[in-house]
Amino acid sequence: MSPVLEARDLARAFTAGGRSIQALNGVSFTIQPGRVTGLIGPDGAGKTTLMRLAAGLLVPDAGSIRVLDLDATRDSLAVQAALGYMPQRFGLYEDLSVQENLDLYADLQGVPRSQRAKRYAELMHMTGLAPFTRRLAGRLSGGMKQKLGLACTLVRAPRLLLLDEPTVGVDPVSRRELWAIVDRLVRSEGMSVLLSTAYLDEAERCSAVILLHEGRVLDQGPPTAMSGRMAGRTWAVTRTGQRNRDLQAALDGQPGVVDALVQGEHVRLVTAVDADAARVLNQAGVAEATLRPLPPRFEDGFIDLLRGHGPAGSAGRNMDAAAGAGHAGDGPVIRVDGLRRRFGDFWAVDGVSFQVQRGEIFGLLGANGAGKSTTFRMLCGLLPASAGSLQVAGLDLRHAASTARGRIGYMSQKFSLYGNLSVAQNLIFFSSAYGLGRHAQQERLAWALAEFELTAQADQLSADLSLGYKQRLAMACALMHRPEILFLDEPTSGVDPLARREFWQRINALARAGVTVLVTTHFMEEAEYCDRLAIMAAGRILATGEPGTIKLLARSAENPEPSMEDAFIHLVEGEAT
Amino acid sequence: MWQRILALVRKEFLALFKDPKSRMTLIVPPMIQLLVFGYAATFDLKHIPYAIYDEDRSAVSRDLEAAFAGAPAFHQVAALSAEGEIAPLVDARRVLVVVHIGPRFAAKLLSGRTAPLQVIVDGRNSNTAMAALGYVRDMVDRFNRDWIAAHGLQGPPAALVTRAWFNPNLESRWFFIPGIVGMLTLVVTMLVTALTVAREREQGTFDQLLVTPMRPGEILLGKALPGFLIGIVQATVILLIATLWFHVPLLGSLPALYCGLALFLLSGVGAGLLISSLAVTQQQGLLGAFLFMVPAVILSGFATPIANMPEAVQFITLIDPLRYFLVILRKVFLEGAGFDVLTDQLWPMAVIGVVTLGLASWLFRHRMY
Amino acid sequence: MNPSDPRGGAGMRLAGLVRKEFLQIVRDPSSIAIAFVMPIFLLVLFGYGVSLDADHVPVALVAESPSADTADFFASLEASHYFAPIRMNGMAEADAALRQGRVSAIVHLRENFAERLRRPDGAPIQVIVNGVDANTARLAQGYVTGAWGAWLTRWAGQRGMDLNTPVRLEQRVWFNSELRSRNYLVPGLVAIIMTLIGALLTALVMAREWERGTMEALLVTPATMSEILLGKLFAYFILGTGGMLLTVGLAVGLFEVPLRGSFWVLWVCASLFLLAALGMGLTISTLARNQFVAGQIAIIATFLPAFLLSGFIFDIDSMPPGVQVVTHAIVARYFVAIVQTLFLAGDVWSVVLPNALALVLMAALFLGITWRKSRKRLD
Repeated sequence: MSPVLEARDLARAFTAGGRSIQALNGVSFTIQPGRVTGLIGPDGAGKTTLMRLAAGLLVPDAGSIRVLDLDATRDSLAVQAALGYMPQRFGLYEDLSVQENLDLYADLQGVPRSQRAKRYAELMHMTGLAPFTRRLAGRLSGGMKQKLGLACTLVRAPRLLLLDEPTVGVDPVSRRELWAIVDRLVRSEGMSVLLSTAYLDEAERCSAVILLHEGRVLDQGPPTAMSGRMAGRTWAVTRTGQRNRDLQAALDGQPGVVDALVQGEHVRLVTAVDADAARVLNQAGVAEATLRPLPPRFEDGFIDLLRGHGPAGSAGRNMDAAAGAGHAGDGPVIRVDGLRRRFGDFWAVDGVSFQVQRGEIFGLLGANGAGKSTTFRMLCGLLPASAGSLQVAGLDLRHAASTARGRIGYMSQKFSLYGNLSVAQNLIFFSSAYGLGRHAQQERLAWALAEFELTAQADQLSADLSLGYKQRLAMACALMHRPEILFLDEPTSGVDPLARREFWQRINALARAGVTVLVTTHFMEEAEYCDRLAIMAAGRILATGEPGTIKLLARSAENPEPSMEDAFIHLVEGEAT
Repeated sequence: MWQRILALVRKEFLALFKDPKSRMTLIVPPMIQLLVFGYAATFDLKHIPYAIYDEDRSAVSRDLEAAFAGAPAFHQVAALSAEGEIAPLVDARRVLVVVHIGPRFAAKLLSGRTAPLQVIVDGRNSNTAMAALGYVRDMVDRFNRDWIAAHGLQGPPAALVTRAWFNPNLESRWFFIPGIVGMLTLVVTMLVTALTVAREREQGTFDQLLVTPMRPGEILLGKALPGFLIGIVQATVILLIATLWFHVPLLGSLPALYCGLALFLLSGVGAGLLISSLAVTQQQGLLGAFLFMVPAVILSGFATPIANMPEAVQFITLIDPLRYFLVILRKVFLEGAGFDVLTDQLWPMAVIGVVTLGLASWLFRHRMY
Repeated sequence: MNPSDPRGGAGMRLAGLVRKEFLQIVRDPSSIAIAFVMPIFLLVLFGYGVSLDADHVPVALVAESPSADTADFFASLEASHYFAPIRMNGMAEADAALRQGRVSAIVHLRENFAERLRRPDGAPIQVIVNGVDANTARLAQGYVTGAWGAWLTRWAGQRGMDLNTPVRLEQRVWFNSELRSRNYLVPGLVAIIMTLIGALLTALVMAREWERGTMEALLVTPATMSEILLGKLFAYFILGTGGMLLTVGLAVGLFEVPLRGSFWVLWVCASLFLLAALGMGLTISTLARNQFVAGQIAIIATFLPAFLLSGFIFDIDSMPPGVQVVTHAIVARYFVAIVQTLFLAGDVWSVVLPNALALVLMAALFLGITWRKSRKRLD
């Protein structure tokens, strides 16, 4: 069979902020019919540009792209009529109901009225949206929105389906359901699917993957080929009497180490091709640690490809300087009891209680809309609580004197920076907002530029920075005044795996220096990096505890080693029944 | 505390002026608008197209025609020879005025009787029509005086001697240009302030500000000062153009004018920040700015006097800060007023400013979700 | 279900798009408010608020030595509804009142008024107006002149005197004989308000589709850009027509502006104007692709130019030639000319046709730009 999509030497550049960015550079690949092909790559790798080129929405600078034996650029109308494309933020009209959205796309796709009833029934059954046809799309949950978007794309069964990051921001349960739908389409309708994702664990569900990085194809083939290369190089390391994150810090950056990250009760170690794991432990001064082989994952291969054999970054080496003076008294630093918050007749947070100790990394894990951000905003004093009590360093920040706010650092979901100010101007502004004197400002500025490797970008507008650099700058801004407590709201969303690793190195270093960290995330694997975490759904805490303990909740005969995602789904489903 | 406010002010200025596009939006349109509107806004008729229908064709009627032809504001479009030609010309708006001299005009005049002169005016724009009629009446009066003098007749027992104070030639541009100063200052203040908080809210930086040790009052000051300073500079430039380019006399006390300007900016910035803090999105901010600005301009007495409005509408204008500032501008410019006659205008603006700023500052903290 | 010809089914697609726009309009109270509530609010507020008819002009009356003659003259002023006269005891008081803005004019009769009235050279009546508001000053002057003329005729007639008036002006004001300023301001307001509404309605809609990502989803369907634009234009056109009918209805019903021309001509012209106004909004929206910038341009480009440069209140003929050229770019200008004529004069084709043609050209220009600039590509 001929390929459904064939790209040849594709190149495409964009200009932003006066700089030219090569989004795609000499990309060639083919996609075979009747299976799911994954387009994998970190943010900014060129995935969306590639999708848009295939849908005929962009014109390539060079090269060609053929879709279903048509030239996507010249015959864009014909191509658009034949394929289904679901953009990253699918254009659902939130003020239209589920049924009205379907009708619109059926009209636009020219589906004859006689066939509609049958097709709608199929789609609604497949997506489980049948009970909600009259509900406004804007009132659906994130996962349901994505499923409705998919249904709208499928009103006229296309031969090729392009899905651009369909699982971003979707909770694990809906994520599994979406994948089930995609699998069914391929199996029973013989559809070809090209799906892009930044979640590396999803690659393993595809029959073939194309690995994009900085506009180039890094690798392509079946996902098992990539993890297969890593056979015999992945280990679980534990050492009694040492916190995993300290163990991880000791291992990371050692020669022969490709990757080291905390996974709940052990540290996952990936060694270089020619390195001997035992010798690596020796070098790191943790020779007595126990070593157990683990099955390789796709992500290991990915990191290996990206990092090659070079050493890991030195992030977080200088974090002691960031820590606040530290106030006396042990006791919990953050104390939340029966916290509730209502919006209209909807309880966004419905009785949340937890405590965080000094120097602890505490995670709030949950899907979008679980109430994490609302809890977080109440803790920072940005939102009044409807009921319950909360204390941060012994105070309610909403009513506390302004100096009390000087003891916390805050980094918001969107890396909120002044885009039209330069990096240095942002840093200086936030340090003066926290009342730092001129001398202290200069000193902290120098520290921040050095620690976050921003010296070269000091005079660049922060809006023109890449996402990874924006995240660094946002974190630097939050640390200018040496806070005792750091609040981080979804600090790694959209950031590539390497930047995420650097980020956690810094967080670990801060915690070692005695800073208390409260972090929200919807990345299940990040939950493993926390000392303790609370899993939230529908405004409530389902479980609190150490990552290992929480994972144990989902342990069963058929799944002796459950992942955090398994635990999450177990908890959510347990709640539902 | 002052260090924090200064930091915020510096940041606002950097944000406004760093980007050449937003720098242009603040500087260029007001200048162009002042020049265009300064020339456009006038009730003085410079060009009255008219036609003459002279049925008399005598030496006397030609004298009257010459008087019209010699008047700089009148431009003859046609000389008619039949009554039927009048309507099409007026209907098509080709002429504003038709002067119809009857067949026995000279004969009546010379025999000492009163000769009627029919003047037809297009009343579609009643203001223009009235002004044009005024010009025609002036000319007829002058003709009558000359005729009485030349023929040794008895004049009327009482005559009007009219003088216009403060604006002897009744130049309406002198009235409008100070008004435009106020109007443009208002527009610029709204552009600078009405969106600032909403934009920071949408970008998430407002939360970032609120978790710093800054108090709402400090944030408010930091947000208000840039609008205030830009307003002062902008108004100064526009004032300079008004006096140096348009030669509007500036007779009164500058300190009084700037005191009025400061209070006006206070109330304008207050209204802008209030809209800004009420709006959740920039779109709402823009709509709010529109809904404040349009009535504020139209009901300020800029073009149509407040005294002509019905009581209820006049009552509404009391909360329009532009209303007070326009009075101050015109009184200071043309009447040479000082503080003594302006207190009635100054305190309401101060009240509006304090109320709106107070509300805005309260909303900063209480409306954030 | 094979992919049919991508250009087939245009009717179904268009119907779907129009229905979508209407559903969105119905669900979003703000566009209903902009289309129906705002025009009523603005027209009522401005219809009452904007008037150039000076009634009850406050005038200070000063007689240095009151007599039967001064009383007789003042009584004639007091009888006129144009004035709200206040008698004052001396020029010092009147002077202060004028400076404080309590009166707009002073009528001053000197000590020897009664005596000079009977002398051959006549008595002067001093009239002082506050010239700051030149227009009102001129009106006040005109009113005093009128009152003076009437009084003179009566006074002379009572005494059997002959007034020498060689030429007597007989004025005929066509179309608006009472010279009610509301009669021309209200139709003009309809044009100004609909400019605002048309631009506000559409200025944000294209930008919104881009920002919310819905445009990308529409673009990959077989719908063409013309269909997407047509769907929007049609829906907002209907909405705008509703607002237009309301304002026209209010103008005739509430403000009693006579509608002398044909309603259908007005309808056609209003439709053309709406197309141009919506087209302008769509153009702004398409060029900006960003709600913030679109809104800013809308503020700068719609209200003040339409208010000052359309001939709504300021006579275009009296502007310098350079500024007159600028007014040709203002859509409202053409419609103001049409409505003032249709309301007050009737179906004068020599006014309606050229201006309607200009509206067609403006509409075509804006819609053309929008169409050209919104290709089915993302870059």
